[in-house]
Amino acid sequence: MQLALARWEFAVVTVFHFFFVPVTIGLAFLVATMETLALRKQDAEWERLSRFFGRMFLINIAVGVVTGITLEFQFGLNWSAYSIFVGNIFGAPLAIEALLAFFMESTFIGLWVFGRDRLSPRLHLATIWMVSLGTVLSALFILAANSWMQHPVGYKLVGGKAVLTNFWAILGNPVLWGAFSHTVLAAFATAGALMLGISAWRVRRKDASPEEKSAFLKGARFSAAFTCVTTLLVAVAGDMQARLMDTYQPMKMAAAEALYHTAHGASFSLITIGNLKQKPVFQIRVPHLLSLIANLSWNGTVQGIDNLQAADVAKYGKGSYIPVIPLTYWSFRIMVGSGILMILLSAWGIWAARRRASGQLEGTGAIWFTRAAMWGMVLPFVANSFGWIFTEAGRQPWVVWGLMLTAKGVSSLTVADIALTLGGFVVIYTVLGVIDAWLMVRASRRPLDQVYAAGPAEGAGTEGEVPGLIY
Amino acid sequence: MAPFANLNTTWFALIGLLWAGYLFLEGFDFGVSIVAPVVSRDDTDKRLCLNAIGPVWDGNEVWLLTAGGATFAAFPLWYARLFNGFYLALFLILVFLIARGVSFEFRNKVDDLRWRRAWDWVNFLGSFVPALVWGVAFTDLVHGIPLSPGGRYYGGLPGLLHPIAILGGLASLTLFSLHGLVFLSLKTSGDLASRARRLALPVGSAAVATLAGTVAWVASAGRPAVVGQLTGAVPLALGVVAVVAVAAGTALVIAERDGWAFASTGLAVLASMGAVWSRMFPAVFPASTHAANGLTIAAAASQHNTLVVMTVVAAIFVPFVLLYQGWTYWVFRKRLTRPPEARTSVPAAGAGGPSPRSHDGDGAGSGALTGGRPTTRHA
Ligand code: HDD
Ligand code: HEM
Ligand code: HEM
Repeated sequence: MQLALARWEFAVVTVFHFFFVPVTIGLAFLVATMETLALRKQDAEWERLSRFFGRMFLINIAVGVVTGITLEFQFGLNWSAYSIFVGNIFGAPLAIEALLAFFMESTFIGLWVFGRDRLSPRLHLATIWMVSLGTVLSALFILAANSWMQHPVGYKLVGGKAVLTNFWAILGNPVLWGAFSHTVLAAFATAGALMLGISAWRVRRKDASPEEKSAFLKGARFSAAFTCVTTLLVAVAGDMQARLMDTYQPMKMAAAEALYHTAHGASFSLITIGNLKQKPVFQIRVPHLLSLIANLSWNGTVQGIDNLQAADVAKYGKGSYIPVIPLTYWSFRIMVGSGILMILLSAWGIWAARRRASGQLEGTGAIWFTRAAMWGMVLPFVANSFGWIFTEAGRQPWVVWGLMLTAKGVSSLTVADIALTLGGFVVIYTVLGVIDAWLMVRASRRPLDQVYAAGPAEGAGTEGEVPGLIY
Repeated sequence: MAPFANLNTTWFALIGLLWAGYLFLEGFDFGVSIVAPVVSRDDTDKRLCLNAIGPVWDGNEVWLLTAGGATFAAFPLWYARLFNGFYLALFLILVFLIARGVSFEFRNKVDDLRWRRAWDWVNFLGSFVPALVWGVAFTDLVHGIPLSPGGRYYGGLPGLLHPIAILGGLASLTLFSLHGLVFLSLKTSGDLASRARRLALPVGSAAVATLAGTVAWVASAGRPAVVGQLTGAVPLALGVVAVVAVAAGTALVIAERDGWAFASTGLAVLASMGAVWSRMFPAVFPASTHAANGLTIAAAASQHNTLVVMTVVAAIFVPFVLLYQGWTYWVFRKRLTRPPEARTSVPAAGAGGPSPRSHDGDGAGSGALTGGRPTTRHA
């Protein structure tokens, strides 16, 4: 019971954190890019767009930061046995993340927000790039910790604890570089899709002024291309990860496909209706695709769950080493499916917004595109969440692959304790989520020129040596 | 028995420094949020208070995250026992820190006085509760915790609310409030600054009384002796320094020596943490039951390699962090002044500050409503 509650709590707080994290990583990069374009080309449209999306970035990051604080202490709170086991190794990247990345993000965000009138434009631009660098570094170090749990390296076991032998091995973990490129690119794609949806909608809004239409069309064109490229790269990185997975976590690979019997030239099922274990009622399969994904060969061998289970029992002793198959099977397909839709959608966007004069996202086809782009904003959030659910659920029953079972990692707490904190987090996070969504919708409706022009008129007549009244 | 110069002890001290840095910095931003409702006459005053800490509070909070991460890495067993044991207390702190964190960002996003009032409340409570609970937790740590023979704590939240710990909590609450008042005197001007100064006397007196009480009580209560511990005189001396520094800070801020006053209240925070750390040494989780039930530095520490990596990383990157954080304080060193039009605006409810349009602004949207004159005094 404690275990189940602790797992639910971890899943709730991380998945919630990860709604905001990709937006932060992606928008920091996009806003920095837009501010750069504005400064280099002296372009007022980019300037307005960067402020417009900068505002959304700030609303988002507020929730991203506070939900991250919960996570920093989650390991000690609910997973103290796990913390004792891995602390020697796992703690270092976590501490380094705080030292290198969180300080950078938080300090430079303060400078970026309050320093607009006090720093030179170039220095101001540098601060948002530092924020972007901080977000990417943060992803690197937290994923180093997570990848070690997927594929432990650079350690030895001493007195029932994992002890560090080689720090570089942890940073050189192949699983880390797969996950890092996939996750950061996915974050870029997330922000891109968000910007595309909002821009397309703003171009078509009835009361949009010609200036707004022009600016947002620019934004739509840019974000369509950005999303298309980054999502394609996400798929490339994901393919690379699948091959690593086949090497290091074959059980997860088999679970992704619900493949019970070892197969040569294995086919890949697009969709299955019925029982994943026995005879499916309905299935669409692509011949040889699974073998291709797993080891880049037409007739390659992909090991089945039953064989792997038998091998694991021989190695680790009695027990089940099989994750929850329907969860892994479907979460993998939902992620990949969302990714494919994102690629198609952004390609459509490039086409729909291509001509300035006739394009303007005006034609009948463009109405459909706008609707699709608005709904398409949901896709990256779905893909991100299910990507993590797949990665983490596919690792079960291990918390550290091959070394520690999840059931052994939990704290000694009463059911009431965990239930109280779980309930507390659910309530608080629901409230936060609702407020955040409402504020984001409001921010997406603001007129561009208001975003741009509120300042100077008010500030006129003062020496401007004091930060503006921001709060 | 007490090896002074090894890596374990070094990291014990470094984590103490991280906590001290955290409480020194977040101490004043907690304080500002706590006293803001009292010293503010209207919405503009509130905003000045928040703006005084706006650029820095998030960076200050990262000191806590770093202390947490460093504890995890350097003393896994300490991290596990502490947070598992102080479960609900930490949950409480997290909840209030979460609420506080979003209150800064959300407050200015809607131009409506009731909305702002609501977030002001959240901001106040989000600072008040942690400021109190940190003191409770640290006093429990120095006084010793009723640990079972296995080294575990089963007392739950009520078990932490020993009278001595409550007094310690009041001490940290009043000390941070004073620290915040001094910071406001240093960073603002005009009526707001003088109201902050006037409040320093009662708050400072309360801080002196509670802190002195806590120091005396902890010193006289005693605790099972741990092999290798420092003589009681060391933490006591640091505690006395802290009390004197609080008194001095109060006097100095009343005398309008704001810079020195801030140095004094800051010293009080640092010395208090020094007292806590020297009193715990060489235990990290001292027991009030049997000394042997407690957790010592040596038993909790990570193995050598991890500490070496951490030491190298810290030696390279801490200077950078200090440099750019220091730069932030320098960039925002000027005093804040009420914008001219706000001086004449009707105070109190309904007025909602000087100019409706500017309310909705933020850093990304506008640098609206800058006001006042640059002053010559630097922070
Ligand atoms: C640093 C380590 C780490 C990192 C970066 C993540 N996780 Fe994880 N995850 C764990 C460490 C972990 C864990 C401590 O190991 C858990 C807790 C229980 C468990 O089985 O593994 C876990 C479980 C876990 C579960 C529950 C799986 C189950 O119990 O079946 C989900 C859904 C996620 N995680 C999702 C995420 C998401 C959305 C993350 C993105 C932020 C994430 N994880 C990052
Ligand atoms: C489960 C492990 C995780 C822990 C313990 C954790 C911890 C934290 C903490 C403490 C913060 C707040 C920092 C601040 O105040 O600035 C934070 C924010 C952040 N984290 Fe996480 N995090 C986790 C997972 C992740 C992952 C997997 C990523 C990226 C791939 C990530 C990326 C970020 C980013 C970019 C921020 C900046 C603020 C924001 O999200 O808007 N985190 N995290
Ligand atoms: C389109 C083809 C895609 C493929 C082939 C793919 C493949 C993968 C694989 C194999 C993993 C598991 C890695 C492991 O457990 O070791 C994974 C995880 C993940 N995916 Fe995807 N993915 C795709 C699209 C996407 C998209 C579009 C997003 C989000 C926008 C996304 C977000 C994630 C996330 C957040 C994770 C968890 C973190 C990680 O392990 O890297 N994926 N993906």
